[in-house]
Amino acid sequence: MSQDSWNFLFIGLSFAMYIGIAIKSRAGTTREYYVASGGVSPFANGMATAADWMSAATFISMAGSIAASGYDASRFLMGWTGGFVLLTTLIVPYLRKFNKFTVTDFLGDRFYSNFARFVGVVCAIFICMTYIMGQMRGVGLVFSRLFDISITSGVLIGAAIVFFYAGLGGMKGITYTQVAQYCVMVFAYTIPAVYISMLLTGNVVPQFGLIGDFTKDGAEAAVPLLTKLNELNTQLGFSKYTDGSMSTTDMFCITAALMCGTAGLPHVIVRFFTVKSVKAVRRSACWTLGCIAIIYLTAPAVGAFVRTNLISEVHNTPYASAPSWLKNWEDRGLIAWVDKNKDGIMQYASGKAIEGKPAFEGERSGDGPRAITNTVTDNENEFYYENDILVMANPEMARLPMWVVALVMAGCVAAALSTAAGLLLVLSTSISHDLMKKIVSPGMSDKVEVAWARGASFVFLAIAAYFGINPPSEFVAKTVAFAFGLAASSFFPTILMGIFSKRMNREGAIAGMIAGIGLTLGYIVYFQFIVDHTDYILGISPEGIGFVGMMVNFVVATLVSRVTPAPPQEIVDMVTNIRVPGEAGEATH
Amino acid sequence: MSSPQPSDTSKHDAHWSGSLKIVLFVLSLWAFISLGCGILFRDFLDGLFNVGGAPGGFWIAQQGAIIGFLILLVVYMVLMNGLDKKCGLDEENQA
Repeated sequence: MSQDSWNFLFIGLSFAMYIGIAIKSRAGTTREYYVASGGVSPFANGMATAADWMSAATFISMAGSIAASGYDASRFLMGWTGGFVLLTTLIVPYLRKFNKFTVTDFLGDRFYSNFARFVGVVCAIFICMTYIMGQMRGVGLVFSRLFDISITSGVLIGAAIVFFYAGLGGMKGITYTQVAQYCVMVFAYTIPAVYISMLLTGNVVPQFGLIGDFTKDGAEAAVPLLTKLNELNTQLGFSKYTDGSMSTTDMFCITAALMCGTAGLPHVIVRFFTVKSVKAVRRSACWTLGCIAIIYLTAPAVGAFVRTNLISEVHNTPYASAPSWLKNWEDRGLIAWVDKNKDGIMQYASGKAIEGKPAFEGERSGDGPRAITNTVTDNENEFYYENDILVMANPEMARLPMWVVALVMAGCVAAALSTAAGLLLVLSTSISHDLMKKIVSPGMSDKVEVAWARGASFVFLAIAAYFGINPPSEFVAKTVAFAFGLAASSFFPTILMGIFSKRMNREGAIAGMIAGIGLTLGYIVYFQFIVDHTDYILGISPEGIGFVGMMVNFVVATLVSRVTPAPPQEIVDMVTNIRVPGEAGEATH
Repeated sequence: MSSPQPSDTSKHDAHWSGSLKIVLFVLSLWAFISLGCGILFRDFLDGLFNVGGAPGGFWIAQQGAIIGFLILLVVYMVLMNGLDKKCGLDEENQA
């Protein structure tokens, strides 16, 4: 069988499975649509949450960025998983006991204010839109590389599938497709890692390969993998793989901002509204982190493997005897080589090989490399590659069987679709429940509300697909930092104070949110769009400013609440009630 | 949503102060492992010990912290379930 047939088979089978599940679990009522009737088992919810939470960016790009920056990339590993601990201990058990459909419901009810509710709707839509654009783009890229179709048709196919099961099935449809998608993802991520780990370190468990010995050159010459990698990095003029180059302050702030941002992500929080009790929330959180850890412990190992492999296969290799994966990805425009010293041998070193992304003159002629028209820099590096290709090229680099390559592609698509579906649900409920039902027309019937949710998910998906096809790429890359910053400076601190402080009132919460968001937004806009320099205040990059924004939110909210009237007695009683488990019952309006 | 009965109030207060202690305990370990060992004291730990072929601080930042988080969540679950039982608020015995 050819590679194309394998790809069709794997992607086709996985799609058939997702659609089959969607048809079986079609939602009729708002309870089914928003929280899957609240009866999902902790283990199933654990897998579904893991799939929801791991996006296309995590699946495709994370190992690549670890490979490129070594220790510095730990901020993503610790930030995203560490945020999950905050989410479990500070947020979800209490919101589950609160027993409503959405995160914004909590803001609106706890702070007895439709303005707080409205701020919540705007934040939720902004955070989710930023994310979902990237997911649609990811689906489009994978499809276009796989089947040689345009990115446009790729994005449209992906959008149609997501609408089919998320729009129609609601939370019920999403939950069980996400379980299936997690299974696809975990195999797609670990199987190639096992092969490549055995190839480089002789270790069957890739998670241990990171701390194992590099044995590819024979058992006698075995050295620890990381020592070998540090050696390779220093020879080529990079800093040591295990050292990193970011300042401690910046690293600290970014990690903390990612942690608090993760704990405020609405699409992850609502997943825990689907289990039956507070006790089940705690068990489900353990399963979720367990499912995530399988992939997250593999990622740093894969990063180290591919970097070692890449350097040893590319550096000082004559182009004439270059491995076939290199030429394949060069054909797709994601690898380029310029022979600066005209010796016919590829040299890899630190620094950019060329300015910007490669612009090719045309297709390859004969056996030579594809000529590019970019300005060539004057350092020694002759080799350009995009970080994103490493996970996808990994099976080819390790010369794995064709079905493994197809499985990895199916995994990339599963990662993008599962996150897109979870985001779409939050987007559509923000409109149907938080905006229409709670603010605009409170007398709305259940049936009309579900119809609004379906309509809204269609509109949001259309917008996301449009931006997936025409990405404001510069803009998206810059706003991702903002999505986390916004979640860290708005949702997380405000929910936290709503639960842990009985004195926190409407005025304090609103003032705190406005101050936190204002500072974060202002700082990011100033450094990303207005000025061109990077002389950050106190060395904190825009990625990490959400942490400062959160602190400002806490301080302003506390000060303002001290000088304004205390919240009414029924709100204080409600807070007392959500603090203890029991009688969680069924999620209601 | 009903306000708690007077007889429940002391039970609820005991549960709340107990869970605050548990959360504080779990989160101080959480901060120590990730922001502490993984970032602030990394250089010191790198020189202090190795995990297999990896320097200590680097390993904690890349893999150790995640394992630590998982253990912390299990500890949190066990402690909180125990607290529920102690205060007579175990959900599975109610209803």
